[in-house]
Amino acid sequence: MLEVHHLFKTYEGKPLLEGISFTVEEGETVCLLGASGSGKSTLLRIVAGLEESEGGFVSFNGIDLASTPPHLRDFGLVFQDYALFPHLNVYDNVAFGLRMRRMGQNEIAERVASSLKLVNLQEFGRRKVTDLSGGEQQRVALARALATRPRLLMFDEPLGALDRTLREELLNELRSILHQTKIPAIYVTHDQVEAFAIADRILILHDGKIVRDGTPSDVWANPVSAFVAGFLGLGKVFEGEVRENTRNGKWKVESGLGVFTVHCGHEHQTGEKVHLLARPLTAESEANVISGVVVDVIFQQDRFKVTFDNGLYVYLKDAPKVGERVEARVKMECLA
Amino acid sequence: MSHPLNHGGTETRRFNDFSEFSASPRLKRFLHWLLPLAFLILFFFFPLSRILSLTFSPVAFTAENLQIAYSALRFTFYQAFLSSLLTLLLGLPSAYLFAHYDFRGKPLLRALTAVPFMLPTVVVAASFNALYGQRGLINTILQFSSSLFPLSSFAQNIHPSSFILHPFLAILLAHVFYNTTIIIRIVGNALSSLDPRLEQTARSLGADSLRIWWNVTLPLLRPSLFAASLLVFLFDFTSFGVILLLGGSRFATLEVEIYLRVLKLPNLPLAALLSVIQLVCTLLFSLLYTRFAARGTQFNPRSVTIKPKSLRQKIFVTALSFLLTAFFLAPLSSLPIRSLFRLEADRGQRGEVQYGFTIDYYTELFVNRRGSVFYVPPIQAAFNSLAYASATVVLSLLFGFPAAFALAKPTRLEKVLDPLIMLPLGSSAVMLGLGFVLSFGAWLTSPLLVPFAHTLVALPFVIRALQPAIASIPERLRQAAASLGASPLEVWRNIDLPILRRATLSAATFAFTVSLGEFGATLLLSRPEYPTIPVAIERFLSQPGGLNYGQAMAMATLLMLLTLVSILLIERFRMPNSGEF
Repeated sequence: MLEVHHLFKTYEGKPLLEGISFTVEEGETVCLLGASGSGKSTLLRIVAGLEESEGGFVSFNGIDLASTPPHLRDFGLVFQDYALFPHLNVYDNVAFGLRMRRMGQNEIAERVASSLKLVNLQEFGRRKVTDLSGGEQQRVALARALATRPRLLMFDEPLGALDRTLREELLNELRSILHQTKIPAIYVTHDQVEAFAIADRILILHDGKIVRDGTPSDVWANPVSAFVAGFLGLGKVFEGEVRENTRNGKWKVESGLGVFTVHCGHEHQTGEKVHLLARPLTAESEANVISGVVVDVIFQQDRFKVTFDNGLYVYLKDAPKVGERVEARVKMECLA
Repeated sequence: MSHPLNHGGTETRRFNDFSEFSASPRLKRFLHWLLPLAFLILFFFFPLSRILSLTFSPVAFTAENLQIAYSALRFTFYQAFLSSLLTLLLGLPSAYLFAHYDFRGKPLLRALTAVPFMLPTVVVAASFNALYGQRGLINTILQFSSSLFPLSSFAQNIHPSSFILHPFLAILLAHVFYNTTIIIRIVGNALSSLDPRLEQTARSLGADSLRIWWNVTLPLLRPSLFAASLLVFLFDFTSFGVILLLGGSRFATLEVEIYLRVLKLPNLPLAALLSVIQLVCTLLFSLLYTRFAARGTQFNPRSVTIKPKSLRQKIFVTALSFLLTAFFLAPLSSLPIRSLFRLEADRGQRGEVQYGFTIDYYTELFVNRRGSVFYVPPIQAAFNSLAYASATVVLSLLFGFPAAFALAKPTRLEKVLDPLIMLPLGSSAVMLGLGFVLSFGAWLTSPLLVPFAHTLVALPFVIRALQPAIASIPERLRQAAASLGASPLEVWRNIDLPILRRATLSAATFAFTVSLGEFGATLLLSRPEYPTIPVAIERFLSQPGGLNYGQAMAMATLLMLLTLVSILLIERFRMPNSGEF
């Protein structure tokens, strides 16, 4: 399906994308997750053909798209600010791409109706787009992109402008629509909750490179790098020095927070610097016990996030008092 | 492909569009600028270079030429200075009136004061003639009444029954008529943007009204006052039609002198020298204006208007609004009245003269008389004007659209080109005409040059009308359309054009109006057999006889109506917040 090969791009003289490669397979939703300014939207626009890369190329089904202008790529685009045509009503917005393909009136009517049904806006055809709410506008934008049955759908922070409850609702709808239509999709966001909810595969973009590529559960379980662990907020990341190789693949690591014995996938030299992740988990056989003075307690639905003076945090059922010294269990992991 | 797309028949179409898209951004910029720049180079910069090279040739700098240039320059400054002073005299109290008081008919009166600014110069000149001229309403009515009561001839010796405004005074008043709205707008906006708390503070600190005005209000108004005065001065300085039609060649400003030295007393090197002097002056004033305008306050109305309460306020509001109504309404209404009433003997009429209502002046426009001013029925001028105006609309949109598109997303290139595009605004219409005469001598017999000259005048306005509208379209809309399969051409047709419909109509109407009223360049370029309405009015007015005069009035009335309709259309299409002046 879609293959992106070694894309390079600079922005105002500074490298933005430094050799990005990935693929999107049939029916797969790939999520590009990155901080704002990481170049993920630029990457999307290059795939769409709206911007040119300075190196590398994009191909679809093995065909290089370099000479295919955006309007012939047949990739649907959904923007954060919807980009609905203000001079057209809902029906004409959704019909736009079909008219560009010179379809017959009856077929257009059919397709528009089915697209609007897909996004639950059956009765909205004659409404002015400027009179719709944000959520409704985004549904129209989605229907408009779906109507042409593109061979790839691209979402650029599509829910960024919506409030939280609406976002969750639309996210669920979007996921089921993508599953239903089996259109491969690239979904760009900086919101990890969104990314983990919708993605079949997550790509994390950082410093112009893809630093992690895997299924949501894989990425969650093995962040691999300190950046990913920190970016996803999996726990407190801190530095330590390898002291000793205890047997059965475990290493003794010394840090400002104490000495920990952690499981590690790779070999280390004594004295080597490594990053450790203290993942707050409530029940875990391999947990390390840490203690600290409570500096902050935040209520989170069925638990409390308790932060210690050394920066570590855990989730507890009962709230301790600030200033109290508490013991808690975390799972220490080694990040290369 | 997961979804076979069933529009195979369109596949060939889609591949044809390739070439337009493979264009790099730089190439696209170049293509945007190709037509407008080619037009400007051929029709503005090339003629300008001819004028410059003629100016800096030895034949131009003779003692006699310099003498004429000096006296023309002096008189131009003199009349512009007096006109501006008079305009301020009427404009400042009016600005105060509109900024501070609420009274019945205020919006209407405000609109009335703005009408002349948009009227063609020939219409304003004809209106003044229709009121104050020798054959004007006042004079003919006086004569008419004295002929009815001949016995009062004794009294006539004391109060002569003839009233003709001195031409110079008529010119000055016409300038006031034209430009008072500038003072009202700029100074009035500044006045209503003043923070009323400043005045209240000054009062609480013990300042009386006069000292508040002198020490608080005036200093705060100064930038906008300067800017408004300079703009008025600039318009008075370059005034041509009003001076020529109301004063004649006796009142030789730079503009009139250029016209004379091209058509009446040919001396092209002198004309070139004069127009360079003119250009340098206008550019200097424009620069000064831009500096003051930038320092002026943003329009941010805060002070509330009040109903006149005290007797003094009531007298001020009543007297001034009455004066304004009379001053602005009288000329505008005398024009149509004078075109519909026979008040004196027409040429060739002897003995019994029919006074009263007539439509002869209009029907006469359709008659091709031997020995008349034209070789064609005068109404042909109206058809010519409409044809030229239509051509101007097409041309100015053709050149204006790509330039406006490029300017809507400015790069360094556009920052350089933007002032170049606006440069024709700084050069007077007569100068543009002179440039054409010098550059396209061989083509002067053809009617094709006129629409190009009109386009030159209209283009800056067209670009300024389109540019903000284009810039207001989010790029995302075009990208969304492209992702839905619209080729660049289809994007333009389905997205840009419908959204820009209002701005385009506004720009087109503007170009149309500019062309209809354009006088200076047309006078130098139009052939006798292809007159336009303004040129025809000038010819009629310069001929003797009541019939010619009546026809001038009829023509001017037609032009006024056409222009007023256009103004209404522009106002309807106008984007909110799209600039003034």
